[in-house]
Amino acid sequence: MEFIVFVVAAAGALAGGVGVIASRSPVRSALSLLLVLGNLAILYLLLVAQFIAALQVIVYAGAIVVLFLFVIMLLHMRSGEGRIEKLRWQRPVSYALSVVFLGALLWAIWTGTETQVAVPSVGFGTVESVGHSLFTTFLLPFEVASVVLLIGIIAAVVVGRPVVPPSARAHLPPPE
Amino acid sequence: MIIPAQYYLTISAVLFTLGIVGVLVRRNALVIFMSIELMLNSVNLTFVTFARQRAAIEGQVAVFFVIVIAAVEVVVGLAIIIAIFGTRSTVDIDDVDLLRG
Repeated sequence: MEFIVFVVAAAGALAGGVGVIASRSPVRSALSLLLVLGNLAILYLLLVAQFIAALQVIVYAGAIVVLFLFVIMLLHMRSGEGRIEKLRWQRPVSYALSVVFLGALLWAIWTGTETQVAVPSVGFGTVESVGHSLFTTFLLPFEVASVVLLIGIIAAVVVGRPVVPPSARAHLPPPE
Repeated sequence: MIIPAQYYLTISAVLFTLGIVGVLVRRNALVIFMSIELMLNSVNLTFVTFARQRAAIEGQVAVFFVIVIAAVEVVVGLAIIIAIFGTRSTVDIDDVDLLRG
């Protein structure tokens, strides 16, 4: 039973991964990304990471993909790729190097990974166990993460503000 | 853990390579950004797999921090893409090869 769920979720994740990079329309890429994220949440559940699976659905699928979709709709039609091809020979080379990289990764995984599996304690992967670790061992990184979030908010406001300040806009002629 | 860790790690490796191909081959800045998210997620899967194999909660805490940083990165990155679109009217990376605005 677990194996069937694993195969379905893995196939969905890989299909979504191909869809992200192969779709012509950015909207389809974003929805393929949603497919990947949802299937990874299922894999997290199989790996006894309930809290991470919930976070995955809430933060990634709920917030990040929606943000992507908003931006795609904001930029609308002209968000495609141009006609002129500037990189001619680099593209096949990048495919070949990616295949070499994947081969190296798979070789390392199938020759170097330990096979013994530890038995997790009761309550492993719940909000309680992750939260306990966050507020004791990882308290300082947790606080730094909140500062990083604040910096992200400030940066988004600063980068996204209009080039012409609102005070100067009053002197411009009104748009037709 | 009926399914060996290698299976999960293989999926993670394939997803990471797909992300690399997306960043190298595609020219749409939004799709490149989604490919980066794909790579972040594949690494998250590796973290969770090893956390399960070793019964160590630290791997899942690392995933928590990756998700936080990914959220910040998406917000700032999309703001930059919108700013570039506002001045250059394109999201094609090949057209944005100068540092001046």
